[in-house]
Amino acid sequence: MKNQNSRRDFIKTSALVTGGMLTSPFVLPGAYAATENHLKLAVIGCGGRGTGAVFQALETGHPIKLVAMADAFRDRLDNSLKPMLDKYGTEKIDVPEERKFVGFDAYKHAIAEADVVILASPPGFRPSHFEEAVKQGKQIFMEKPVATDAAGIRKVLAAAEEAKAKKLNVVVGLQRHYQNNYRETIKRIHDGAVGDIVGGQVYWNDGGVWVRERQPGQTEMEYQMRNWYYFNWLCGDHITEQHVHNIDIANWVKQSYPVKAEGTGGRAVRTGKDHGEIFDHHVLTFTYEDGSVIHSECRHFPGAANRVDESFQGTKGKVYLSAGNHGVLTDWKGNSIYTHDRENNPNPYQQEHDELWAAIVKGEYKFEDAENAAKSTMTSIMGRYATYSGKVLTWDEALNGTVDLFPEELSWDAMPKILPGDDGFYPHAVPGKTKVI
Amino acid sequence: MIKKALFLLVFTFYGMFSDYSNFEPYTQKIPGTEAQFDLVPIPEGSYRMGSETSPFPDEKPAHTVQIDAFWMGTHEITWDIFELFLDKNYELAMTEEPITELVDGLTRPSIPYLDMTFGMGKEGKPAIGMTQYGAIQFCHWLYLKTGIFYRLPTEAEWEYAAKAGTQSTYFFGDDPELLAEYAWTAENSEESTQKIGQKKPNPWGLYDIYGNVMEWTSDQYDPDFYQKSSNENPKNPALELYPRVIRGGSFKHSAEEISSTKRYISDPKWKQIDPQIPKSQWWFPEAPFLGLRVVRPLMPPSPEEIKAYYTQAPIADY
Repeated sequence: MKNQNSRRDFIKTSALVTGGMLTSPFVLPGAYAATENHLKLAVIGCGGRGTGAVFQALETGHPIKLVAMADAFRDRLDNSLKPMLDKYGTEKIDVPEERKFVGFDAYKHAIAEADVVILASPPGFRPSHFEEAVKQGKQIFMEKPVATDAAGIRKVLAAAEEAKAKKLNVVVGLQRHYQNNYRETIKRIHDGAVGDIVGGQVYWNDGGVWVRERQPGQTEMEYQMRNWYYFNWLCGDHITEQHVHNIDIANWVKQSYPVKAEGTGGRAVRTGKDHGEIFDHHVLTFTYEDGSVIHSECRHFPGAANRVDESFQGTKGKVYLSAGNHGVLTDWKGNSIYTHDRENNPNPYQQEHDELWAAIVKGEYKFEDAENAAKSTMTSIMGRYATYSGKVLTWDEALNGTVDLFPEELSWDAMPKILPGDDGFYPHAVPGKTKVI
Repeated sequence: MIKKALFLLVFTFYGMFSDYSNFEPYTQKIPGTEAQFDLVPIPEGSYRMGSETSPFPDEKPAHTVQIDAFWMGTHEITWDIFELFLDKNYELAMTEEPITELVDGLTRPSIPYLDMTFGMGKEGKPAIGMTQYGAIQFCHWLYLKTGIFYRLPTEAEWEYAAKAGTQSTYFFGDDPELLAEYAWTAENSEESTQKIGQKKPNPWGLYDIYGNVMEWTSDQYDPDFYQKSSNENPKNPALELYPRVIRGGSFKHSAEEISSTKRYISDPKWKQIDPQIPKSQWWFPEAPFLGLRVVRPLMPPSPEEIKAYYTQAPIADY
């Protein structure tokens, strides 16, 4: 696969699709008020985020019914259904027993019931779920990241092409793309407000996330699926699961993807049996085709300083962005070029659904987020490959990597490829030794 | 008369557990760690709660209330302490001796997905963005660590301590121009929390009682509460999730929005960017101006009441 990361390609593939009408059968011209007409929604992956996304879909106010749910675990599905029924009732939450699907192939059945699907399982499953949803011709909201290894990325890129050909709207939960401070500030950067971007720093440094302890009677597969954050075939490490947000901003600002990654990382403080194989810190240099360099840093160190934001330096000024609605452009003399008003901004998690569903009900084809999401996820995976191996990696090497982390077989008794040693600790990558591609 | 006798009896009984003969300022150390915080005694007494001259109707009528004695934290609780509670693994790493089974078994906050310092820093800075449930569970953790009953102040206790015997808009008078000597507000904070204790305290030794971060109370908000509340230790138990009372103003409030009597309320909007359902019981991702200060009643309640206080189930939020 050739590197196609030129600036022109980026603009072509990441801009909103202009025009184009859907021909899908669920479009409801003139029938909007008819009570029996509604869009059928299915949620795949019933954790807190999948449930949250269903709420946001229903909050758009369009005629939507949740008709099917899928999860690997029945208890997760039930826990998700309860608040939905409490809030929206059976009128909008129409999920009888026969449309509750549980297990590894549950997603196929749930997708088949719906016009629109929410894909919110742990990211390792996203490539196969996305591929299936596209194959079945559904409109799609899917969460980030969209894969955990290069093989998954290649699958998502192929399905993204098919989605374009079928004119399926795809919105990905890289919600900064739907957040006003990012949109307004980056638009100005692209218009040249601070000149050419020559460098930047992106961070996700905080205290870490949840841990789910091993329970008696769990098979190894079930344990890993429950405590999924700490296993790469499911999570991709926190550089992919979280820091993809900030790396994606660098790519958006640069309007391209890096050609090279080098870095260092390890397990400094999060080293327990409950902590699987992922690192607790990664520090990287991403080099872009024009020679500009982005420093990327993510760590899960409780007690240490936090920083989650993005800064860039241009030939005429500097940029500061954060999810806290910061969007600040300043020239090198300290004069303000643009400061985004931090008050009263729309909630980006709601905005992404408002825009997606508005397009769907109007029968418009407007969103093709999957390719950029795949390439930004790939950037984070390339970063992980670099910190795990200690090697300098090019984009093409990383994207063509053949190391496959996924289990040979998905069943509760099947063994994942990563297994604990006799002492209960999992092996983890050793820079200089570990093979990643 | 019977009530008074009963009071004395109970007082004597609890005297066995509480060294109230030594009602003095003290430093509470968190056992096994270097963390600590200071408290000062707030003597029992009565005061005029509310304000007849305030532009805000919910501060009326001004009315006399009697308040029992308690200690109050001289400062807002900082991340240095709160983070030990937030993350058990961090607490274990920072503690010289093993933690007790009860501390080990305490339900801890979900580790937030967002940077809850919002880029404003941790060291010496007030902990922020916690729900009232999270603030009470922090008190629970303190209790399990120290054996001493800490809790959130009632709204009446907070105002009594803030006024410190004064009746003016602020404890130092009515001139908002002087507020900068005592508080971090929108006028001088540069839109950020500030390290605790840098400004002058109030007459009872409380720092940052105005500004820096707003402080949790234990009460439900009711705009008409002063028209019907008890004159003795009034409290309005929080049975609904919203709105609950917050006091003191923050670094985001201007001088005109801050006073000893101003009542602020919690807002479900502060969770709108929580992408999960149910929404976090622990965090307000959009309340970087909300923190806490603890109190310790001179006369602790019964063990059953303590247990009931700490084990109130959180209300699901979605």
